[in-house]
Amino acid sequence: MNPALNAVRVGLSRGWIEFKNTFGNFGEVIGGYLLTPALFLAIALFTADSTVEGGGTPLGAFLMASGVTMLLLLLGTITIAQVVGSEREDGTLLRSRVVPDGMVGYAVGKTWYLVTMSALSLALMLVPGIILIDGFAVQGVAGAVTLAWVCVLSLLAIAPIGAVVGSLLSNPRTGVGLLMLPVMGLTGVSGVLLPIAVMPGWLQTVAQVFPVYWVGLGVRAAVLPGSHAAAELTGTWQLPQVAAVLALWAVGGFAVAQWVLRRMARKTSGSRVQQAREQAMQRGY
Amino acid sequence: MADARARSVAREVAHGVPAEAAITVRGLRMNYGTTEVLRGVDLTARRGEVVALLGPNGAGKTTTVEILEGFRARSAGEVDVLGTDPARGDERWRSRIGVVMQSWRDHAAWKVRDLVDHFGRFHAPYAEPGRPRPYDTDELLASLGLEEQSHKRLRTLSGGQRRRVDVALGLVGRPELLFLDEPTTGLDPQARRDFHELVHRLTDEDDTTVLLTTHDLAEAEKLADRVLILAGGRIVADGSADRLSSLVGMQSEVTWSVGGVRHVHATDNPARYVAGLYREHGDAVTDLKVLRPSLEEVYLDLVQRSESGDADRAAAEFAEEIR
Repeated sequence: MNPALNAVRVGLSRGWIEFKNTFGNFGEVIGGYLLTPALFLAIALFTADSTVEGGGTPLGAFLMASGVTMLLLLLGTITIAQVVGSEREDGTLLRSRVVPDGMVGYAVGKTWYLVTMSALSLALMLVPGIILIDGFAVQGVAGAVTLAWVCVLSLLAIAPIGAVVGSLLSNPRTGVGLLMLPVMGLTGVSGVLLPIAVMPGWLQTVAQVFPVYWVGLGVRAAVLPGSHAAAELTGTWQLPQVAAVLALWAVGGFAVAQWVLRRMARKTSGSRVQQAREQAMQRGY
Repeated sequence: MADARARSVAREVAHGVPAEAAITVRGLRMNYGTTEVLRGVDLTARRGEVVALLGPNGAGKTTTVEILEGFRARSAGEVDVLGTDPARGDERWRSRIGVVMQSWRDHAAWKVRDLVDHFGRFHAPYAEPGRPRPYDTDELLASLGLEEQSHKRLRTLSGGQRRRVDVALGLVGRPELLFLDEPTTGLDPQARRDFHELVHRLTDEDDTTVLLTTHDLAEAEKLADRVLILAGGRIVADGSADRLSSLVGMQSEVTWSVGGVRHVHATDNPARYVAGLYREHGDAVTDLKVLRPSLEEVYLDLVQRSESGDADRAAAEFAEEIR
């Protein structure tokens, strides 16, 4: 039996068990899976009669595309940072370190957990959206393919950022809250909730450096009518640029993240977990 | 002086060790910045032996164990664990070692059986002839009295049950060497007694070497073949609990009264002194008492003084007393 292959298999089952375990807690199901889609669906339904300025795209459909983008961003930043931060602190990571090839299993497990959880979350957003919201539809086979690669590449581009933040935070619970600020700020100026065309020029330029804008653009290309492209900055979907920018972030992010995560894993030990535990007891959470 | 004596005790034991040592440590040092936590630790554990590393909080027990487990880089010294330097231990080496960690809230949503089975599977490629890896999950859970909990989630378990899950996770790879760090901290007396029985059973059945850390002398006496006392960054005593007891307190305190007047005398040979008293005073001797400090008293004194910030002097004087 090849140890590395075995560890990958065990890791996949770890991811699957963790995915199944998310259903063990009613609050987690509501907060983790249903809240965001329900929120966006409700807003989209209420604004069904309006259209986006300029393009004639139904506002509800535009907001559902925003919802999909937001979901990808939250999964890649907050969810990952929370998981990495708390599992470093509570000893989950350390347990994987004490078994042979455990870190391979842990990494594979976390990746698979993210994939399965994201797939379900996205399905919960997409399926009711397509059924209920006028103008929100996967644009044929080409749209489905675009949606698939945009989602995968988006998570690859963002997840390393979440992982790095999670491994650097000293207290994952308050720290993750702080991470919300830049994520929300960046989302606000990146054309996710408001068309980017209303932003001043310099802000448009800044927004295009970060992955958020490109995630949103890729998602809109997959789920909004082709006519909406006219409302984008260049009047086109710029899919090659979407792929290029996200791939660049993914490659750079992975290089940094694997270094930071290795360092974090090396530094984890029983006494550090103990220390975190005592601090948490003192804080009371 | 005291240091030299402590070291000579350690060396004496070390030299009696056959080639079959599971752990050999020579001159282990650890500095954090300018703080010296370990100042030349020597210790040995033979295969199949249960060794307790006893010492006050902050004595460096956990640091020592983490170095042996390969989780911490040392400043100096030679360390050999199952024939390998832990700083260069590979995955096969890791499969031969079991670590019983103190759990907290990790894997809270996992079911007991899922978790033990999951970590066991990592060991499967490292099975050896005569040492199948991992243990059968259900057999292991049954032997730890966890059958009824096997489909419960970890967050619903009691402290004692949770601790047994920790042990199951440490054992599931059928380790040759098991590390137990403060195994009964936070357990109630009943759970603590159950845990002690469990460790006895495990070490009797399998030829597993165990190194456990504790700050509780009674626990060390109950579990270990040999007790090493770590204080002030050094091993200040090394031997079976009985041997250590016999080393303690060469001077006994004799108190008695004659004609209503109380007397106290310290002596190396209380029996002869008492015989002399009776020769001299006959039945006029009353309230006779011979007090010999127990290992427990000497150790508690060490702990108290270490915790009140006088660790180095306390360690030196302890070594003096336990010559």
